[in-house]
Amino acid sequence: MGGAMEHGAIEDFYRREHGRILSAVIRAVGDFELAEDAVQEAFASAIEQWPREGTPDNPRAWIVSVARHKAIDRLRRQARFAERSDELRRLIETEREGAISTERDDAVPDERLSLIFTCCHPALAQEAQIALALRTLCGLSTDEIARAFLVPPATMAQRLVRARCKIAAARIPYQTPSREHLADRMEAVMAVVYLVFNEGYSATAGSELIRRELAGEAIRLGRIIVELMAREPEPHGLLALMLLHDARRDARLDDKGEIVLLEDQDRSRWKREQIIEGLKEAGVAMETPQPGPYAIQAAIAAEHSRAARPQDTDWRRIADLYEMLMRKQPNPVVELNYAVAVAMDRGCEAGLEIVARIEERGALRDYHLMWAAKADLLRRLGRLAEAEGCYRRALELAGSEPERNFLRKRISEVSS
Amino acid sequence: MQYMLLLYVDPAAEASGEALKKILDEHKQFTRQITTSGQYLDSNALEPAATATTVRVRDAKTLVTDGPFAETREQLGGYYLVEAENLDAAIGLAARIPVARNGSVEIRPINLAIRGEFVREGVIQSRPDR
Repeated sequence: MGGAMEHGAIEDFYRREHGRILSAVIRAVGDFELAEDAVQEAFASAIEQWPREGTPDNPRAWIVSVARHKAIDRLRRQARFAERSDELRRLIETEREGAISTERDDAVPDERLSLIFTCCHPALAQEAQIALALRTLCGLSTDEIARAFLVPPATMAQRLVRARCKIAAARIPYQTPSREHLADRMEAVMAVVYLVFNEGYSATAGSELIRRELAGEAIRLGRIIVELMAREPEPHGLLALMLLHDARRDARLDDKGEIVLLEDQDRSRWKREQIIEGLKEAGVAMETPQPGPYAIQAAIAAEHSRAARPQDTDWRRIADLYEMLMRKQPNPVVELNYAVAVAMDRGCEAGLEIVARIEERGALRDYHLMWAAKADLLRRLGRLAEAEGCYRRALELAGSEPERNFLRKRISEVSS
Repeated sequence: MQYMLLLYVDPAAEASGEALKKILDEHKQFTRQITTSGQYLDSNALEPAATATTVRVRDAKTLVTDGPFAETREQLGGYYLVEAENLDAAIGLAARIPVARNGSVEIRPINLAIRGEFVREGVIQSRPDR
């Protein structure tokens, strides 16, 4: 037996290992709810026993083994229903065939891919997918997830219960999708991860810590996916995108909570190590004949992160990347970003031409960033009266106080 | 002449415990009676609407969403009762049905617990294996 593991260390172990352990127990017992309860009870036993008796040589296998036994006990107590006794029989048989060896760590199979794809199955409502992924893979408590997404704990608990109920009743299979469906299903998984990231990334400094920590949880999920699907390029792109955005996080707002534009940010406040990792991942993602949208967005973020000073930014390359992205995901917001890149590369007139094209089609009329971008280009050209008009339009539409403050500042600048 | 009798419930008013047992007993009695009179063809309790999945095929792409069909324009037009290993297999079947292309197919799991009970008590036959 190893040395005693302190309570705090067990909690770290829980967060790190919950996904892997739960994924294996679900495979063993064939039921989400049963597995989750059993794993919870097993960890409770660990918290009680390990500080006293010392940490087992293979803590992961210990938890899985204890969880399986607790699941069997629970099934025995519920053996009224026909389906239950089938599960029970199967479990006892596999127990007989060979208990999980406590000698080798890799005796606990890594079923996290099945877990991820099940949690993010399109037959589940997306908010349920998010809750389930955070609960099972990140080990967040129901309470933590509720606070992170600003809903009452009872609501979040219900959401999870319904999701597990649907998985069982509709028989959502616990497996990695076939090759034919893999691309679509991967898209769904990455959408969930990116949603969680943005939820966390957009949380202001005043929000609860757990909300801001969502970005970190999303990155953790992104890393798991990259680890499990290393040969797929897009997960690398998603991870890169999240790492690169998050690396700039501390520089985005000043001490008063005001917005600091990319070009004005103190680049020494960017997280160097994370940028290095992000650049590497972006490189991997782009190393493919047809880079996907996450890869391209990551490459764009990489260009910004690479520049030691704003004036070193390769806007030509960024404009090219936006063009590539538009071919993949034609949408007016991407086109707007393209317009800004073109403006920085070839001059504001060229950028305004593209904005005019967007306006002609009637797109983005209520999108404050469209008006802010147009205003900025006009401002740089010295067309201040027109700029003011567009800033005012943006102010009407802006969603957050930091953004409104920024726009008010600009208005006073151009009208003086 | 064959008729389909579709049973609609208000989830807020659903029975449980003793009341549910009583209702199931009534169903068993009814089923036995219409079996005797030669009128019974098939029946099942379905899992609740929260377990439904809707499948649509648009531009050759299969779209899967959580929940029962929701378009108010759409109306019940037919049914298949199928055997499928899991939901993915059921989705694969649903996508092949023509109505998926301009309407939707709602996949609702059968309540196997209740079916099992009816089979064990001899109220209905289990499906013969082909």
